[in-house]
Amino acid sequence: MTTAFSLHDVTLGYDRHPAVHHLTGSFATGSLTALVGPNGSGKSTLLKGLIGLLAPLEGHLERNGLCQSEIAYLPQQAEIDRSFPISVIETVLLGHWRTTGLFRPITRTLRRQAEKALVAVGLDGFGRRPIASLSAGQFQRVLFARMLLQDCPVILLDEPFTAIDAKTTADLLRVVVGWHGEGRTIVAVLHDLDQVRESFPDTLLIAREPIGWGATTKVLRAEHLFQARQMAEAWDDRAEVCWRGVA
Amino acid sequence: MDIHAALIQPFIEFGFMRRALAACLALSLGCGPAGTLLVLRRMSLVGDALSHAVLPGAAVGFMIAGLSLVVMSFGGFIAGLVVAGLSGLVARVTPQREDASFAAFYLISLALGVLIVSTHGSNVDLMHVLFGTILAVDDASLLLIVSIATLTHFTLAVIGRGLIVECFDPGFLRAVGGPGAAVHFVFLVLVVMNLVAGFHALGTLMAVGLMMLPAAAARFWAGQVATLAAASSAIAFASAYAGLLLSYHVNLPSGPAIILVAGGVYIVSVVAGPRGSLRTRFLPRRHLEA
Repeated sequence: MTTAFSLHDVTLGYDRHPAVHHLTGSFATGSLTALVGPNGSGKSTLLKGLIGLLAPLEGHLERNGLCQSEIAYLPQQAEIDRSFPISVIETVLLGHWRTTGLFRPITRTLRRQAEKALVAVGLDGFGRRPIASLSAGQFQRVLFARMLLQDCPVILLDEPFTAIDAKTTADLLRVVVGWHGEGRTIVAVLHDLDQVRESFPDTLLIAREPIGWGATTKVLRAEHLFQARQMAEAWDDRAEVCWRGVA
Repeated sequence: MDIHAALIQPFIEFGFMRRALAACLALSLGCGPAGTLLVLRRMSLVGDALSHAVLPGAAVGFMIAGLSLVVMSFGGFIAGLVVAGLSGLVARVTPQREDASFAAFYLISLALGVLIVSTHGSNVDLMHVLFGTILAVDDASLLLIVSIATLTHFTLAVIGRGLIVECFDPGFLRAVGGPGAAVHFVFLVLVVMNLVAGFHALGTLMAVGLMMLPAAAARFWAGQVATLAAASSAIAFASAYAGLLLSYHVNLPSGPAIILVAGGVYIVSVVAGPRGSLRTRFLPRRHLEA
């Protein structure tokens, strides 16, 4: 079995305080993993570590030959300026960045693919609308269309369905499951456990410390969830230096 | 006085008026897109900061070579770049945001500039650097201003896509490994260049006016990056034309006259422009079917 990411005793954090503490394991190529845990448990931090926006404080993280542009990443609070004067189709076309880069032209083929991606996320006919006129759910569909064009083997989604209505969630979840069917590796931060049980074969449950990682049915058990809720959220300013794993 | 005498005659009769108009056309073409992108990047005040940052460089140039166009421009350009570079560096390697670091470095630069001018120059020189003299634009200045406008358009054509993405979704550009920082810095260089072009005509105090006021006004008329830039340039040139005539007929200083006309256009735009102005807010047209 090949792996997309292997983590060896990885600690990620800010200002020496760990947000993900001593995590070891791997995401298999083609796996569909839900990343679950209470707020402040290090889920977003882990995704930032996986894509390489955050270097581990300790431990070793292997991307197994993936370069950064082969990983599509949907951040939780994108730094997107939604009042920017740009149209829906132009936003989706950015997904072709690997092909177009800074200078290369946007051909008719690329444009047709972008239109097809809009249809796939249920936004047929929205191409010319300015993004400022879209609702939160419609905008999330646009970002999914852009990821469709990015055509990346690995996709990281940080709370993709938060504040999104049921129909949009169902539509976009279908896109995610479709990606899984195409053999892509997907890690998604989620809070709806029923949704995880229904659609995600694997789960990583963390509460700063890893609590369970494996088949969803085995990980999402009552005692694990109880354990996750016990996590202390506050930093301890007088915390001792951690020597775990140091001989 | 007939219309021809009021609107066209001054430019036919006087070479300095023609040169001033040509300089303003070139400035407008360069400043339109630069100002538009500054507004879209929420960096309107950075333009202001950079225009003040140019002062010590121009002053040192004046000290070395007197009222020499090339040396003063070069000095101003270097001073602007140093301030832009240091502010950008602090913002990228420390948690401080760019607006704060820009404020810090431009204030240092401005104080330094005033110190140099007041210890080494007369008040007349200070007035020249601060307020410029568009009616005294010579051929060399004109050539410089036109070259800068041309270079601005070429550079924007090359980095335009990166600049717009870095503006709209910097996280995405980072994630796909795009050259966000490089594009940002090249853009700041362009802004400094255009401010240097402007300070000959309008002075360091007013140079930024022809960049920011039309761009701020254009927001009420246009809704895409390209049309915003075109509208900014058009507003800038119209303001310059009207301001020059105003200064000629009423005998006002040309720089403030031009910027005040641009200010007037801005206020009219806020009140009556077709997009998001006070008029559309308080006198809305009837809503549509769907």
